[in-house]
Amino acid sequence: MAKDMMTRFELYQPADIAGALELAGKLGPDGWLIAGGQDSLDWFKDRAKRPGAVVDLSRIESMRGIRETDSGLEIGALATVTEIEENTLIKSRYAVLADAASRVASPQIRNVGTIGGNVCQDTRCWYYRSGIDCYRAGGSTCYADTPEGMNREHCLFGADRCVAVSPSDLAPALVVLDASMVIQNKAGERTVSAQDFFIGPDTDIERMTVIEAGEILTAIRIPNTWAGARFYFEKVADRNTWDFALVNVAAAIQVENDIIQDIRIACGGVECVPRRMSVAEDIARGSAKNEETARLAAGSAARGAVPLNYNHFKISLLENLVLRAIRDS
Amino acid sequence: MKDPTTYFPGDSLNEADPPGLSAFRSSRRAFIKGVIASGAVAASSGYLLSGCAPGEGPAAGSVERLISLNVNGRIRRVDVLPNETLAMTLRYKLGLTGTKLACDRGECGACTVVIDGMTNYSCSTLTHTVGSRSVRTIEGLEGPDGELHPIQQAFIDELGPQCGFCTPGQIMSTVVLLERNPKPTRDEARRALSGNLCRCGAYDHYLNSVMRAAEVI
Repeated sequence: MAKDMMTRFELYQPADIAGALELAGKLGPDGWLIAGGQDSLDWFKDRAKRPGAVVDLSRIESMRGIRETDSGLEIGALATVTEIEENTLIKSRYAVLADAASRVASPQIRNVGTIGGNVCQDTRCWYYRSGIDCYRAGGSTCYADTPEGMNREHCLFGADRCVAVSPSDLAPALVVLDASMVIQNKAGERTVSAQDFFIGPDTDIERMTVIEAGEILTAIRIPNTWAGARFYFEKVADRNTWDFALVNVAAAIQVENDIIQDIRIACGGVECVPRRMSVAEDIARGSAKNEETARLAAGSAARGAVPLNYNHFKISLLENLVLRAIRDS
Repeated sequence: MKDPTTYFPGDSLNEADPPGLSAFRSSRRAFIKGVIASGAVAASSGYLLSGCAPGEGPAAGSVERLISLNVNGRIRRVDVLPNETLAMTLRYKLGLTGTKLACDRGECGACTVVIDGMTNYSCSTLTHTVGSRSVRTIEGLEGPDGELHPIQQAFIDELGPQCGFCTPGQIMSTVVLLERNPKPTRDEARRALSGNLCRCGAYDHYLNSVMRAAEVI
C-alpha cells in the first residue's frame, strides 16, 4: 500500500478558465492538468510521472454541462461520461455517443471521468505506462515492437517507432459525428475537428492530441449534420468492465430508400488515432444497405494493415466489426 | 542441484560451499522480516505525516490544508495533504476503516463510497476535490440505534459475502442503484455492481442480496 502514495505536489483549484490558463503558463512543464483524475492519478501512483504541481479543473463551472445550440450540441469538457450516457438529447439524436459512453471503464469511473479526460487520456501500452524510457517517453527503443514484445493490444496501422493505440471509446464516436474540439489558450480560442484532434507518432511521438502545453480543451461541439442518423457502436475487450477496447467501431449512416446516402465509420484500438474507414465508406456510399454491401466494404477495412507478432487477430476482428456496423446499424 | 529461482545476490554459487549457506539463509530471512516490519512502519508514518510539520506552508494560491468534509452527515475538520486520496483520509485520518483499500488503482471497487448520490472510487479521488459535497460511507448506513440498513440486512440474509472484504463497496453500489432505480432487473443490478470485483466470485450471491433488498425497501 505504502508504495502507492503519490509523490508530493502542490494543488491548485482555479475557479475559471483564465485562472487555469495563467497557472498552466506559469507552471510550465512542472504542471499537470487534471479533470476527473482517473488516468492521471495512476501515473502519479506509479511514479512514472511526478509533476510538482497539479491544476484541478473540476471547479470551473463554465466547462460543465450539455447545452443545445443553433448548430447542434455543446458538451462541456467536464461533463462526466455518465452524464453523456444518460443525457436525453444525446440519446435521442446522437445515440452512438451515448452507447460508446455506456461501454467506458466501470460505473464508478464513468461517474467521475469526463469526456475531455476520455479523449485526452494517454495510451495504455504497458511498457510505456510502467515508466520505462521508450520512444514515447523520450527514449530510443520501442519495447512492444520486438520479437519478444507482448503486443497483442498494439496497432495495425500507422506505426512509427511507437506502436501504441488510441484507448478511447468516445473518440471514434466523436469522429463519426464530425465533432469539433474547442481549445482555449492565452491568445483565445481555436477549434479543431475531432478527426484532426488526434495525432500519431509521425506527427509527435510524445503526445496523442494537438493540445500544446498551456492549452485546455474546454468543450466539444457536435453539429446537427448526423443527428438522428442510423448508428452503430461496438466494443470488443477481454472483460466487459474496466477494460480498454481491443478494437471498437462507431458508425453513422444516412439511409434513404434503403440506399446509403452518406456514411462515416471510425475504429479505435488499431492505430494511435481513431482510424477512419475511408475506403469502406466509399464502397458503401451509394449502395444498398445490405449484407452484400457490408461484406464488400468490410473487405477493405484492414487493407494496408501491418500486424505485429501477437495481434494478427485484430485484422479479422476489425473486418467483422465494420461488416456489422454497416449491416446492423 | 541448486534451484536457480532461489538464488539471491550474495548467495554463493559454489556448490562445494553449502555449510554457511543455510545459516546465511535463515539470518537473511530474519533480516528481511525485520525490514518488512520496521520499514513498513517507518514508510507509512512517513507518508502520512510528511509535510505535516509546522512551518511547511503551501505555495501561494495552493489549497488550504485544513478543510471541512461532510462525511455521513457530520462536518469533520481534517488536515489533508494536496496529494492525499479520499480513501486515505477516511481510513487513516477519520478512522472510517469500513472503506477498504485493495488495488488503489480504481480497478477493484473495494473503496467505493457515495459522493452526492453517485458512486466513486475513493482511492482515485483527491480529497481536496470533494469540496462541500456530501460523502457517504458504509459506516453512515446504520440507523440511530445501530440497527442495520435494510440493504445490509438483505446481504446477511442472502449470505451475499464470502470473505467479506469487497462487501462495503458492493453495498455502497447497491445503495446508489436502489436510490436511482428501486426495482431493478437482475441484469440492471449486475451492471450497477459491475465496477466491484469479488475475488471469491460470490457475484450471484450478491445479486440475490440486491434483489432481496429491492423487495424489502
